[in-house]
Amino acid sequence: MEEILLNKPGKKIILLGNEAIVRGALESGVNFVSSYPGTPASDIGNWFFYLREKIPVYFEWSTNEKVALEAAIGAAFSGLKSMAAMKNFGLNVCIEALVPAMYTGLQSTRRPLTKGGPFKGALVLVVADDVGCWSSAQSEQNSRAYSYLAHIPTLEPSDPQECKDFTKLAFQISERFRTPVLIRPTTRVTHQRAPVKLGKLKLALKRGKFEKDPDRFVTMLPRLFEMKRELLEKVEKIKKVSENSPINFVVPCPSPVIGQLGIITSGIPYLHILEALNELRLKLPILKLGFFYPLPEEKIKEFIKKLKKVLIVEELEPYLEKEVERLAKNVNPKLKIFGKNLIPEVGELKPEMVIFAMAKIQNSKFKIQNYNSKFKIKIPKRFPRLCSGCPYWLVLSAIEKAVNKKEVIFGGDIGCYMLFGRPPLDFQDYLFCMGSSIGIAHGIKKATKQKLITFIGDSTFFHAGIPALINAVFNKSNPLIIILNNQTTAMTGHQPYPGKVIKIEDIVSACGVKNLKVIDQGNQEEFVKAVKEFLEKDEVSVIVAQRPCIFVAKK
Amino acid sequence: MAKKINQFNLVILGTGGQGQITLLQILAETALREGYDVKTSELHGLSQRGGSVEVHIRFGKKIYSPLVSQGKGDLILGLEIQEVLSGFNFAKKNTIFLVNNYFVPILGGEFSKEKALEILKQLKKSLILVEASKICQEKLGKEILAGIYLISLASFKKLIPLKPESILKSIKKIIPEKYLELNIKAFNLAKS
Repeated sequence: MEEILLNKPGKKIILLGNEAIVRGALESGVNFVSSYPGTPASDIGNWFFYLREKIPVYFEWSTNEKVALEAAIGAAFSGLKSMAAMKNFGLNVCIEALVPAMYTGLQSTRRPLTKGGPFKGALVLVVADDVGCWSSAQSEQNSRAYSYLAHIPTLEPSDPQECKDFTKLAFQISERFRTPVLIRPTTRVTHQRAPVKLGKLKLALKRGKFEKDPDRFVTMLPRLFEMKRELLEKVEKIKKVSENSPINFVVPCPSPVIGQLGIITSGIPYLHILEALNELRLKLPILKLGFFYPLPEEKIKEFIKKLKKVLIVEELEPYLEKEVERLAKNVNPKLKIFGKNLIPEVGELKPEMVIFAMAKIQNSKFKIQNYNSKFKIKIPKRFPRLCSGCPYWLVLSAIEKAVNKKEVIFGGDIGCYMLFGRPPLDFQDYLFCMGSSIGIAHGIKKATKQKLITFIGDSTFFHAGIPALINAVFNKSNPLIIILNNQTTAMTGHQPYPGKVIKIEDIVSACGVKNLKVIDQGNQEEFVKAVKEFLEKDEVSVIVAQRPCIFVAKK
Repeated sequence: MAKKINQFNLVILGTGGQGQITLLQILAETALREGYDVKTSELHGLSQRGGSVEVHIRFGKKIYSPLVSQGKGDLILGLEIQEVLSGFNFAKKNTIFLVNNYFVPILGGEFSKEKALEILKQLKKSLILVEASKICQEKLGKEILAGIYLISLASFKKLIPLKPESILKSIKKIIPEKYLELNIKAFNLAKS
């Protein structure tokens, strides 16, 4: 049996951060899980996909993150304990559904419980940020900004044990306050393995019931303003939970504080700080925040009141720092606040960066051994590349035969084929977000007379390519769109996707595309001919390149 | 009971698909069994498609960060001779480099096998160069077993403070049954 299903409370097993989130959900009695694959969150869905036939839980790989969240909202409205998991950019896609879900909540707190008995629905949203962009193009997004925008309670774990504990706490808060709750881990948390103490599994099949109540679920005036007020009141109540929560704690510091310096932090930087202090044999008071939103303001005030200096250690943009600056104005206006002046805002933090920051504040020098310099070596860089045998090679070789590369613009999209941009291939002139290869192609084609070919994967096409295709047809531009139908979601680990039951060419055709060919790119001659022919057309053209990923073909 | 070490830092470097994550699972499991606190860090996704893959494992009485700091590595395990060069960042004076003498050319790269070896040989006594892929290919028909061979070798040679029998137990726990026999053979090869 899988260790993740071990029902031995108190036993410690090694879990990956993402696995600990799965376990936390299983210990909370989760009924309904939805996700769209995206690293660093993919493992969560992979596990539920695998477990769905072994334990009573519903799981789906949704078409994109917005429908994943909407599905989870619907299940929570029907009284189920739901969870939606995605990577950072997925939150951009589903924010439109999240904001009103915060307004409605899972049930109005003003209204009595409906007659079906106590309401047990909950909704936990897991959004994994990829600080350092280890598995992301696009941007180094700090999703914490959305906590303010949506007023969503937000928890930030540092290690696998906290991943599990915070997931359980998120379900508790969600159930108690009838509100969605966000967990925001980062790559070094989701992909960290460590011992985790197990709790009791709560597995039970449950059928939900949707109780009609338009006052609860319809976001129209005049209810809308009431709902917003209710939401803000709810946040105030949750702030009290945050103030008293043991996940916001001060690490005690027995010896007198050096220069009365304290540290405030959350997430993975907390572990780097402990490491740095251990290395420096220093003891400093640390306020470790598990809640990012709402912040325990009284606790922070209490902490900074006694200090002369405070160092805020956080990755990416200085949200905590700004909050501390604001709070210090009242309780300790002379407090010297260090943060982004010493800690980089770009890329992930490492323990040695925290050491440097502390050294600067203390006006002392810490030397880090650099063995590398002794040998004067150049470290070779090895970038990822398309697998040998990947069917995409054949698409590129056909295009190379069909066109003069310099005279054609190549649009990229999100998937393995992002690697088309790596030298010596150089088949990528722009790259943005899911589905945007087509949307941007339309704009370029409207603005110029240049030839343009865009690449988009099959799963990406279903995710966000279809509206862009319809737009290009409706508003009459003529890019050549090559849909790379490798018949799986390859980049994130070959998750199932709608192409299993819906033919891409049927959709393309239904969108009104007349110039459409489905070709196995193994047939180079035909592919070359189609590219040449379609580049001359005045309307949108689509080639569906039909050869499967080598890992699909193997199965 | 043997004396517990305070802290042990290991970095494993190689290219995508050499099984680094499985090695981490085995080592983490072993460290936990031997009564240590343990943390690992790994990366998934596109970075694995033939790119450089660097994973960290730390164990000891109490471990905080999952990342090995610069100059704090006790053992650098290289699955490929160009990739292991990044390990110099983690090395201190007595760091051991246990390296698989295995070369995967980098597309458009400027390093030859000879050049990479030349740099490595500056490590002198700190370098242990092993024909892990070659041995596993010849004896077991699968060079991917090199990683299992190397962690087992590290244990037998006491380069890592984890007992061989405990590593074997973890191999049996982590490796799927289909491949288990071959992996145990790789473990045994390292013993001889």
